[in-house]
Amino acid sequence: MSSRVRYAVFGTGALGLAVLLVWGLAGLPDLGDFAGRYGHVLAHSAVPQRKATSSISVTTFDYRGIDTLIEEFILFTAAVGVMVLLRVQRAEEEVPAEPEAVRRPTARSASLRSLGAALVGPILVLGIYIVVHGHLTPGGGFQGGVILMTALFLIYLAGSHMNLGRLRPLGAMEASEGVGAAGFAVIGLGGVVLAGSYLENFIAPGQVGYLVSGGDLPLLNIAVGLEVMGALLVVLGEFLDQRLLMKKGQA
Amino acid sequence: MSFLPYGVAAWLLLIGLYGIVTSRNLVHLIVCLTVVQSSTYVLLLAIGYRSGGTAPIFADIPSSRRVVDPIVATLTLTDVVVEATVAALLLALAVQAHRRFGTLDPNEMGALRG
Repeated sequence: MSSRVRYAVFGTGALGLAVLLVWGLAGLPDLGDFAGRYGHVLAHSAVPQRKATSSISVTTFDYRGIDTLIEEFILFTAAVGVMVLLRVQRAEEEVPAEPEAVRRPTARSASLRSLGAALVGPILVLGIYIVVHGHLTPGGGFQGGVILMTALFLIYLAGSHMNLGRLRPLGAMEASEGVGAAGFAVIGLGGVVLAGSYLENFIAPGQVGYLVSGGDLPLLNIAVGLEVMGALLVVLGEFLDQRLLMKKGQA
Repeated sequence: MSFLPYGVAAWLLLIGLYGIVTSRNLVHLIVCLTVVQSSTYVLLLAIGYRSGGTAPIFADIPSSRRVVDPIVATLTLTDVVVEATVAALLLALAVQAHRRFGTLDPNEMGALRG
């Protein structure tokens, strides 16, 4: 298909879509007039029922716990998919998976390396803080997991690596991903045993505003944090390996 | 002004699609796809907004305070995670395509396949 025909087809389709969009959006309630009762009920039952102040976290991990479990497995599957895609390819090109150990600094710039090393600690603490306060303030396992991942990646950036970055403890990352995903599912089983249904909040909710409150919410947040951190480290590590492979091919 | 967020969502969707159709690079194409997906965040959050409402987090506000809908916020969270995973998988496929065809231009890939 020539590009002109393609643009013509797209233009017609886009015009039709735009008309449909305007039609559909015009039928929505005005901005600010949303009257969904379900959300209203959830927002105002989070504190009395679960003693957790972040009703978004309570909705995500408690009322919609099964959805979040599935969402976590999507992330897990995607990380495994990336790993499989990129590793099969590496095998095809007959690049040794365990090349000779030559250590060299990851970044050439000394200021980048020292800044990275200095930031590892604070960012690690921030990530843990965001994960464990997920049920109290904005944040939680997903957001904190991403921050934790950047902290660990800074270690890599500030340090030195062997060929193809073998210094990265890939096994530990995969373990973190797996433990996180399995942890969520196992905590859900606790609900079956102690509260009668899967992912039911089975721990006493405690007192509003305390770090240990909201029942199993902090545990679920930690599981998700581990899972997100592990999955993103695995994915980024695989892409990094590809980059180093290409560099090697050019050299 | 009350139509503005809906307009932004529609605009992001259409401009992202335009980028996908005209893209000459798979990485650029994947970024365009994330633009399309980001229109859904804007739409979801706009739907759940209540005038004068604040975030539904009661750490430092009285429980009587008017808040926005927490369900659309959790849906958006799911959406963001799914977008990240889709982008990661597609980028891995782009690496694969570059290995096989030696180019990231989708037009040239078609020519090579024939």
